Amino acid sequence: MSELAPGAAKKRPEFRNINAFKDLPGYRWPLASLVSGMHRISGAILFFLMPFIVWMFDSSISSEISFAKFKAAFNIGMLGVPGVIWKLIALALIWAYLQHFIAGLRHLWMDTHHDATSKEFGRSSAAFTLAASIGLTLLLGARLFGLY
Amino acid sequence: MSVNYGAKRIVVGAHYGLRDWLGQRVTAALMALFTVLILGRFIFSTGPFGYEQWASIFSSQWMKALTFTVIVALLYHVWIGMRDIWMDYIKPVWLRLSLHVFTLVWLLSCAGWSIQVLWRL
Repeated sequence: MSELAPGAAKKRPEFRNINAFKDLPGYRWPLASLVSGMHRISGAILFFLMPFIVWMFDSSISSEISFAKFKAAFNIGMLGVPGVIWKLIALALIWAYLQHFIAGLRHLWMDTHHDATSKEFGRSSAAFTLAASIGLTLLLGARLFGLY
Repeated sequence: MSVNYGAKRIVVGAHYGLRDWLGQRVTAALMALFTVLILGRFIFSTGPFGYEQWASIFSSQWMKALTFTVIVALLYHVWIGMRDIWMDYIKPVWLRLSLHVFTLVWLLSCAGWSIQVLWRL
C-alpha cells in the first residue's frame, strides 16, 4: 500500500447493508422468497397479538358468562371498538396462523426430503402455500362475517 | 497466525445454532399435531358446538397436561423466532437487548396467564 502514490489508488466500490428505502422498493420477490418473508411477518403478527389470543382462550373457556362476553366482543363490540374491527383482527390472526402453519409444514418437508430442495419445488410449493392459506382465509373469513 | 481448523481450531460462538434450529422444528411438529387434535375434536363433535363442547375439550387432566406442554413448546418456538428477527434487523446492542427482554416478558406473561386459565377450568 505504501508504494502507491497518493491519488493513484482508485476509489474501490463499497458494499454496505441493504438500505430499506433505496434498495427494498426495487427488490424482486420470487414466490419462494415471498413465502419466506410472509413466514416472518405472520409469525410476528401472532407474537404481537398473543395477549388477544390468550384473552380469547380465557373468555371463551372460563364460564358461560365469559363465553357470552367473548361472543359479544365480536357481535357488538368491546372497549369502545365495534365488533367489526375485532372480527378483522380475528381474520388477521386466521390468515397469520394458516400462512405460518402451511409454510411451516413446507419447511418441515424440505428439511426431511432431499429432493424437495430444488428451485422448482421451492416455487411450486410456495405457490401452493399462498393459494391454500389465502383460500382458507377467505373461506373462514366468509363464515366469520356470516356470509354462510 | 493461529490455526483455525482441525483439533486445535479456535472455538468461538455459543453453539446454540443446531439446538435452536432443531428445537424450533420439534416444537413446530408438536404444535401442528395439537392443532390437528383440536380440529378433530371440533369436526367430530355431534350437535351444535357451543360453550359446553368447547370447554369439555380441555376439561380432562391429560388434556390440560398436554396443552401445558404445547404452551411451553410455543414459548420456546416463539422465543427463537422473535430473537432471530431482532438479531437480523436490530443492530444497536442496547435496543436489541431491550427487545429481547420485552419479548421474554411478553411471552412469559402470556404463558402464565394461559396456564392459569387451563387449571381454573
